Amino acid sequence: MLQLISLLVENKPGALLRVTGLLSARGYNIESLTVARTLDPEVSRMTIVAEVDPAMRPLLIKQINRLINVIQAIDLSEQPAVCREMMLVRVQVSDEMRAALLKEAEIFRARVVDASPGAYTLEATGATEKLDAFLEMMRTYGEIEVIRSGAMALPRSSVAARKAKQPLRAEQEKQLRKVTV
Amino acid sequence: MLMKGARMVLEALTREGCDVIFGYPGGVTLPIYDVLYDHPIRHILVRHEENACFAAEGYARSTGKVGVCLATSGPGATNLTTGLVDAMMDSIPVVAITGQVPKNLIGRDAFQEADTFGITRSCTKHNYLVKDISELGRTIHEAFHIASTGRPGPVLVDITKDVLLAQGAYHAPGPIHLRGYKVSLEGHGGQIKRAAQMIWEAERPYVYAGGGIVASGASAELRELAEMVECPVAETVMGLGALPSEHPFCINMLGMHGSYAANMGISNADLLIALGVRFDDRVTGRLDAFAPYAKVIHADIDPAEIGKNRRPDLPIVGDIRHVLVKLNKLLAETRETEGGVKSAARIRWMQQIREWQREHPFSDAYSEVEIKPQFLVREIDRVCKGDAIVAVDVGQHQMWAAQYIRFNRPRLWINSGGLGAMGFGLPAAIGAQCANPDKLVVALVGDGGFQMSLPELSTIVSYGLPVKIVVMNNGCLGMIRQWQELFYNRRYCAMELDSFPNCELLAAAFGMRGRTVEKPHHLAGALQEALEEPGPYLLNVKVTPEENVYPMVPAGGAVNEMILEPPQPVEAGD
Repeated sequence: MLQLISLLVENKPGALLRVTGLLSARGYNIESLTVARTLDPEVSRMTIVAEVDPAMRPLLIKQINRLINVIQAIDLSEQPAVCREMMLVRVQVSDEMRAALLKEAEIFRARVVDASPGAYTLEATGATEKLDAFLEMMRTYGEIEVIRSGAMALPRSSVAARKAKQPLRAEQEKQLRKVTV
Repeated sequence: MLMKGARMVLEALTREGCDVIFGYPGGVTLPIYDVLYDHPIRHILVRHEENACFAAEGYARSTGKVGVCLATSGPGATNLTTGLVDAMMDSIPVVAITGQVPKNLIGRDAFQEADTFGITRSCTKHNYLVKDISELGRTIHEAFHIASTGRPGPVLVDITKDVLLAQGAYHAPGPIHLRGYKVSLEGHGGQIKRAAQMIWEAERPYVYAGGGIVASGASAELRELAEMVECPVAETVMGLGALPSEHPFCINMLGMHGSYAANMGISNADLLIALGVRFDDRVTGRLDAFAPYAKVIHADIDPAEIGKNRRPDLPIVGDIRHVLVKLNKLLAETRETEGGVKSAARIRWMQQIREWQREHPFSDAYSEVEIKPQFLVREIDRVCKGDAIVAVDVGQHQMWAAQYIRFNRPRLWINSGGLGAMGFGLPAAIGAQCANPDKLVVALVGDGGFQMSLPELSTIVSYGLPVKIVVMNNGCLGMIRQWQELFYNRRYCAMELDSFPNCELLAAAFGMRGRTVEKPHHLAGALQEALEEPGPYLLNVKVTPEENVYPMVPAGGAVNEMILEPPQPVEAGD
């Protein structure tokens, strides 16, 4: 199963390499990665989807958090998160099928962003599975080319994110409560 | 203050308390050397950059201060890497400064260009590439901050030549704040309280003490804890000296070549008080058989260590000294009411530990004819009296030294624990001697590792460093031979070192005194001669090659399943 990691990192040269290097050093393949500046230009938000042995996930998050340029890393695989992906598809489509394609695209709320003789380029966003389904559909119209952004994710509540920065402290507090009760 | 980048580097180093740099010059670092020409910081010219880093480690390990090394771009920087990884594995504070080709040449395959920043990323706690003079001063101070706080480690600053030559303003730094770097020192009060409770409840408590005790300077607190709880304390190879070896509760090293008592103890304890340790595989052996009856309290400054190899029942994230101060206070307050120490079970536990100690002490191997390696190490221990700095290399001699040599305090024992980097011993001794000019520094090395660091004899002579080098010479790579004997059916391969240079000629060629000893009754005299020599001394001691380090836990075996003696030869026909 894939792990979904959300990170806030300092927007500095090498920050990306430190994070990806940590994953590659452990032999984990990165399925997708998105990174861009946040409202604070000195901070970037990164979303990584990677194949990580479930038993190693908490350790991986702690080791990413240990990196100096990482402000916060959290595992979103197990907690509520909004997760979307964007895709551009160019479909080679015959003239007689164009109308049908547009109708189909509407079902997936995809938009035409470019048109040329014999081809449409469509933009679609959504959950990864939905985009997979859309792609299958588009394949039936003709040859396709595709680029996907990879998953972008935000935790559902920012409080959860703040707590996860110090997973241990949260754990300690929980244990403490147990002791005092 | 306006100054050149090169001067700014040395200004920042001075302010960080650096008094010696271990380095090797090159084209792009010449601006720094031009300032060093008449600068109070001392520069030690080593004979290979790898040894510059090892020497900086020897300095740091023996003092607790940040060690500094300096290398040029390209090969200079790539040669540092082994030392950086070594410092990383053992959490040793080192700042490495490297020169880089001028900014406008980066990426053009310039002469002596290498991607130092990329290459050293995974070898360091953090690293920097400075391409702008306005960032130089702050970056060096940040490097020291990161190297020396939290879990210490190596930090590399790569500086382009144009920055070293540029003029810039230097400002003394205020407190350093880094958004992604937070260290929690204190330890959670509630957790510590719970720890105290667990300690009194336990019947068979056991302290597993590591390098974190040394790094945080918590020796006194560890001693207080041991004496209050009256329980055995075993040390990792990084923790030797954390509790004085002679202390009644010190039961020596644990792990692959640990003492019988330490390994039996941990296998039977019902509470493990793990302090500044990382449950390394050379300590734990097979993890599922490690400390099977024990609840675990694990205190460490690095949250990523908690639960990495063994899930603790009680985690405490904090600086060990801070944690122990609080824990000891709580224990002292509750001692009377809880009264755990005096319980019959606790008394039985200590008796059992003593019994294990008596049953299988370390070998007292001795021969009239040839020098047993264990005897050599015991002799070194005799002259060091627990108060000398002993830097060792990697292999059998390292393990025997860990077993037999006593240390009255921490920071006397200097070894490459985590990485096991051969060639470490001699340059590390150089660093330690530079930091402690009046102290006896013994470099105990094998004939393998010694030959890896041989050119440093030249450094030792150049600077008149009175290092006493003892080569435990068994004519082979002893640990390789031991493994091939025990686990590869005695199919000895690539372990023989049958052309060791003539020691007297070698020493004389480098301009120092040297001697070879082969007979046990000559050893004491030779050691005495080495100690009385005001300068360096090379003592080549030929020892029995066929000796093995015991006890031994085979790799991946359970810690309590030790090989205690040589396998009996199989009789043919039986």
